[in-house]
Amino acid sequence: MMPPDGELPKAGLPSTGLPGAEMIDVATLNGACASAIDSGRLEDWPGFFLDRCLYKVTTADNHEAGYQAGLIYADSRAMLRDRIAALREANIYERQRYRHILGMPLITGDEDGTIAAETSFLVVRTMRDGHMIVFATGVYLDKLRRDGAGNWRYAERIVVCDSQRIDTLLAIPL
Amino acid sequence: MDQPVRELPTGAWPAGLTRVPFWVYRDPEVARDEQTRVFEGPAWHFLCLEIDVPQTGDYRTTMMGAMPVVVVRTEDGEIVAFENRCAHRGSLICLDDGGKVKDFQCVYHSWRYDLRGNLTSIAFRRGVNGQGGMPDDFRMEAHGPRKLRTETLCGLVFGTLAADAPDLTSYIGPEVLIRLHRVLDKKLEVIGRFTQQLPCNWKLYMENVRDTYHASLLHTFFTTFRITRLSQGGGVMVGDSGVAHASTTLAAAKGPDDSYAGMRADNQGFQLQDPSFMNAVHEFNDTVNLQIVSVFPGFILQQIHNALAVRQIVPRGVDSMDLHWTYLGFADDTPELRSMRLRQGNLAGPAGFVSMEDGAVGGFVQRGIAAADQEAAIVEMGGATAESAETRATEASVRGFWKAWRAQMGV
Repeated sequence: MMPPDGELPKAGLPSTGLPGAEMIDVATLNGACASAIDSGRLEDWPGFFLDRCLYKVTTADNHEAGYQAGLIYADSRAMLRDRIAALREANIYERQRYRHILGMPLITGDEDGTIAAETSFLVVRTMRDGHMIVFATGVYLDKLRRDGAGNWRYAERIVVCDSQRIDTLLAIPL
Repeated sequence: MDQPVRELPTGAWPAGLTRVPFWVYRDPEVARDEQTRVFEGPAWHFLCLEIDVPQTGDYRTTMMGAMPVVVVRTEDGEIVAFENRCAHRGSLICLDDGGKVKDFQCVYHSWRYDLRGNLTSIAFRRGVNGQGGMPDDFRMEAHGPRKLRTETLCGLVFGTLAADAPDLTSYIGPEVLIRLHRVLDKKLEVIGRFTQQLPCNWKLYMENVRDTYHASLLHTFFTTFRITRLSQGGGVMVGDSGVAHASTTLAAAKGPDDSYAGMRADNQGFQLQDPSFMNAVHEFNDTVNLQIVSVFPGFILQQIHNALAVRQIVPRGVDSMDLHWTYLGFADDTPELRSMRLRQGNLAGPAGFVSMEDGAVGGFVQRGIAAADQEAAIVEMGGATAESAETRATEASVRGFWKAWRAQMGV
């Protein structure tokens, strides 16, 4: 097949053509974070974020329109902890679980100690009666930095859902 | 509203306003009648915001029940609306949520409409090479999508198909109108749009909105953080016709409160780690923390501290509905106030700390009543009437909803 005219899109790989350490770092954090959510260890989830952070769940339409509001909007790790505490102690929702299927991270930036990455996700929600739906698909727009102990953490995670339609409610974070 | 009395599909309606037979949420015939008698009847329906169509040719698509609608700004600055249906074969005329056009053209056979929905041209009307084409006596002005009456109020665009409906402000009534003006007094700005698909009949959601009794019991986040407790001041207003309602909650009194002792909602030990997200200002020159306004059948305005939103109900069959959320700020918000709105946005919406349960509870009812067509719900809290009250421990506003529904449905 003939290559298309013009400049080829940047694949986000280092010049060696091999996956960089950044990609492994991002994929590792993504996997650990999704595992905490999917296995019900929600109390662990805020720990994947820096103290000062931004976690926002929005949709592609909202993101493209530049709308600021999110379905969930938290700008501190303490707010993420509050959300989990509310889910455990205050909010009412039927028993359900998520399964995150994560794509390979695309590294979109790496400077001044901050890695920027995009990772596709697919979340299937299973209710207590076994009913399953594709609850959400979309992309994580992430910025990662190391915390004081040298561990990569999310400084920013914008969850851009492909659909603007949420079935019933969004309790467990994406 | 003088439609003939309809035959009840399942049993008779119990006397008074305090019982609601469950078949009303389940009967497909009721849903069909609601489309003609309510959504295409003498009710006013929220269509979009005025700022959604700021300039000539700007349009937005929306729904009036099952009926697709286009709202558009005309050359003379007026906002008009018409059915989103080509007069020819019935195709949608507009396919997107909104946009900007010079005129409208159906994609199917290129029939064109001006900004008022008048049919202006028909492709190959005179045929090709002298053959085919429409008959000479075909009158374009006799064909077109149905046109709505529209009115704009507080930056909100409402529409109705009924020529004989009262004007919008009379429909809402003076008492609730003041509550709308209280919040919507400046140029709005959209800060988010989300759709929540609820597994219940649309009426169950609107009853929930008007149900001042449930809020602090179902939504324990509210109660625990003293955002609202029934023991706080406030009340509910219901217009004479039951069409509109407003409920208010005043700022919390200081000190311990034992009116919820022993209930699930009583959880005084729960504290926020980042209480700054509840930082709020009284931006409407009063101490009303929370105000919910509804206009029958499907419009809701929410003010929860500084989290503002309008919600539109769109039925999708007897046991499903879409709730369209538009999160709002004002164009002149300071960065600090806007930041508060974004953080307080966590309270409402599909993931809202104090509203996520509303997305599920209608479904709990819908599933619970699956075999209860001979039974009825009890709506007797606070008496039997649908009048304003200085307490929220009442279902007066829910009874008002049924007053309005029964008047329009003729039952």
